[in-house]
Amino acid sequence: MRSKSAVTLAGVSALALYSSMALGSKYNLPEPQSVIAKDIYDQHIILMWICLVIFIGVFGVMFYSVLKHRKSLGYKAANFHHSTAVEIIWTVIPCLILVVMAWPATKTVIAMKDTSSPDMTIKATGYQWMWGYDYLQGEGEGISFFSKLSTTRAQIENKAPKGENYLLEVDNRVVVPVGKKVRIILTANDVLHAWWVPALGIKQDAIPGFIRDTWFKADKPGIYRGQCAELCGKDHGFMPIVVEVLEAAEYTKWVAAQGTSAVKTSMHVENK
Amino acid sequence: MAAVHGDAHGHGHDDHHPSGIMRWITTTNHKDIGTMYLWFSFAMFLTGGTLALGIRAELFQPGIQILQPELFNQFTTLHGLIMVFGAIMPAFVGFANWQVPLMIGAPDMAFARMNNWSFWLLPVAATLLVSSFFVPGGAAAGGWTFYPPLSTQGGLGVDLMIFSVHILGASSIMGSINIITTILNMRAPGMTLMKMPMFVWTWLITAYLLVLVMPVLAGVVTMLLTDRHFGTSFFNAAGGGDPVMFQHIFWFFGHPEVYIMILPSFGIVSEVIPTFSRKPLFGYSSMVYATASIAILSCVVWAHHMFTAGMPTVGQLFFMYATMLIAVPTGVKVFNWTATMWQGSMSFETPMLFSIGFIFLFVIGGFSGVICAIVPIDIQVQDTYYVIAHFHYVLVSGSLFALFAGAYYWIPKWTGRMYNETLGKWHFWLSMFFFNLTFFVQHFLGLAGMPRRIPDYNLQFADFNMVSSIGAFGFGLTQLLFLYVMINCIRSGEKAAQMPWDGATTLEWTHLPTPAPYHSFEKPPVVK
Repeated sequence: MRSKSAVTLAGVSALALYSSMALGSKYNLPEPQSVIAKDIYDQHIILMWICLVIFIGVFGVMFYSVLKHRKSLGYKAANFHHSTAVEIIWTVIPCLILVVMAWPATKTVIAMKDTSSPDMTIKATGYQWMWGYDYLQGEGEGISFFSKLSTTRAQIENKAPKGENYLLEVDNRVVVPVGKKVRIILTANDVLHAWWVPALGIKQDAIPGFIRDTWFKADKPGIYRGQCAELCGKDHGFMPIVVEVLEAAEYTKWVAAQGTSAVKTSMHVENK
Repeated sequence: MAAVHGDAHGHGHDDHHPSGIMRWITTTNHKDIGTMYLWFSFAMFLTGGTLALGIRAELFQPGIQILQPELFNQFTTLHGLIMVFGAIMPAFVGFANWQVPLMIGAPDMAFARMNNWSFWLLPVAATLLVSSFFVPGGAAAGGWTFYPPLSTQGGLGVDLMIFSVHILGASSIMGSINIITTILNMRAPGMTLMKMPMFVWTWLITAYLLVLVMPVLAGVVTMLLTDRHFGTSFFNAAGGGDPVMFQHIFWFFGHPEVYIMILPSFGIVSEVIPTFSRKPLFGYSSMVYATASIAILSCVVWAHHMFTAGMPTVGQLFFMYATMLIAVPTGVKVFNWTATMWQGSMSFETPMLFSIGFIFLFVIGGFSGVICAIVPIDIQVQDTYYVIAHFHYVLVSGSLFALFAGAYYWIPKWTGRMYNETLGKWHFWLSMFFFNLTFFVQHFLGLAGMPRRIPDYNLQFADFNMVSSIGAFGFGLTQLLFLYVMINCIRSGEKAAQMPWDGATTLEWTHLPTPAPYHSFEKPPVVK
């Protein structure tokens, strides 16, 4: 009896630990800031629970057997070695579980792929090792700039204290308005890169010579940070992405402030 | 069980062979070659492990301390290549060499001389790979998947890697042809296909997968080589090529490769669990069908490695559904093992511990696999530490734990001596503890947003990285204990009983003396 209650206790505490992991955001996907990111977050949680139930079911049986069906307890081995009915059941049930998992995922995939009728379009170009942004369409059209890591060399080489946004800060942020559908067109200048902002739920490879696209609509203003997610050489770990989401009026002000300097920057790009 | 072969002591007629180094260079004996495969793969395992410890040392704290980013990338690249092609795959071929003839009642492998050649290619390939650290520009640094255009940029190290992969591929193809031919033609009378031990079945299917996909790998590295040196533009958009085509071809090899590394471990576990449960394997034929289905499905899921590369909606959905389907036959296997243990009369020697550890952790790796298969979630976790955690759960606590189980299980048959059971159990529990310490926290790192293959990271990832690094060093040191246990067993282990495992039922235990003589089954046994 003692071993049984010990097992129960261990099971319950493992369960409690596990669900606390799912709830604490440090151990989970970042707090979602777009519809897609929210879908992903919720589906991940549901899947974790399904996996946990299966896990407890399978290993509950296995560890019961490990504890009870021991030679050292004098347990005599049975001799059964197949059962068609049981085998059919445990083939069919997983299929049904998979259908339950696939249904919401399919809807999200279709939504993620729908880049039609955006409010604005920004082209992001991956370089070794920084990002270039060109506002192609919508409010702010014509703005163009590069975005490089702004963490100092001294911090990386441990000669200065590291800031809160160590390696996740840039000189020029991508600024977008809140609640607008922003289409990001991606390409690269040299090797593969990937544009990833976890809170917005998008990651898309940037491929030299080809165009790919994706989209997001930020729910609320804020600063969202991500990193290049495809190995691109020596400084792959040092080309972050920072998206700053502003209220519509603030965004208009930002666009106006770019004004003439934006034109200069884009000339610079042309000449490069 | 008592039918031990008659010539247990009288097998001296052609037992002589060259001694010293020439024995090993010229040998055509499957046991010698199997031994060499196993030692080679263990040496490579320690080499790749040392690189892993370099990586974990750099990641112990934020900031750049030990490895500059260029060298860090070389370490991650070579760690992957050495572990996949140098450690795990040759180790399984070593097991096939030793065990396939013994388990089907054959005197040796079908092509004994080719067997020698396919082994001796390996040290050559490994030398090319490891020496690439010392050429100008250093080793390949584009990841073990060497995606162009990055891999087109690299120096001489990339060319050495390409040649090394070519040679390793040739060796694998020869090894697989040998295994297929041996299994199909040299089984003892009465051993029909559906009476073969599970390990032999899984290797038969694995060998077919290898013959199918290794030429694809050879093709893709050749295209890379001509892109680098002979002016072709297969993967260069400026010349009309497509970098994404590389990924499609690579993963058409790469995904079946994943199953090449796991199917034989299913086989080992399917031998060990029934032996120590003293009960026949549950659902033998469904195990065979499940293995075959996994192999077939593994050929139509490759693009799930490329969900972020950009592909049509229909493509993403197809590869998502196909990938999820693999969970069904894999689930069948886990249920069958559980049912085998159910109402058995179990004992928990080291091989059994490693097998149960295998099932326990492989299932966790399987769950994270299903989560990665879901396209929207994969968009978040692709190329993060979540994926690193996922594939180490299937490759380290999967393939490697099964290899340990197999080594402890068969070492009495190979050497005639027993390993130290207490130390074996220590090896298991320390491996179990440090493995989880290293890799479980990496799930959280990935979810929280840490990309893979980066030498430095934001402070929010610092605590888990430190935990992971401590675990990695513990895991690495624990493997030296394995080396000690094995050497101790070979040199001075206690003499093994004829049947050290009373539940074993396969031919090598029931029809051969312990240790197995240099030439076994000169007269085939009859299987009823």
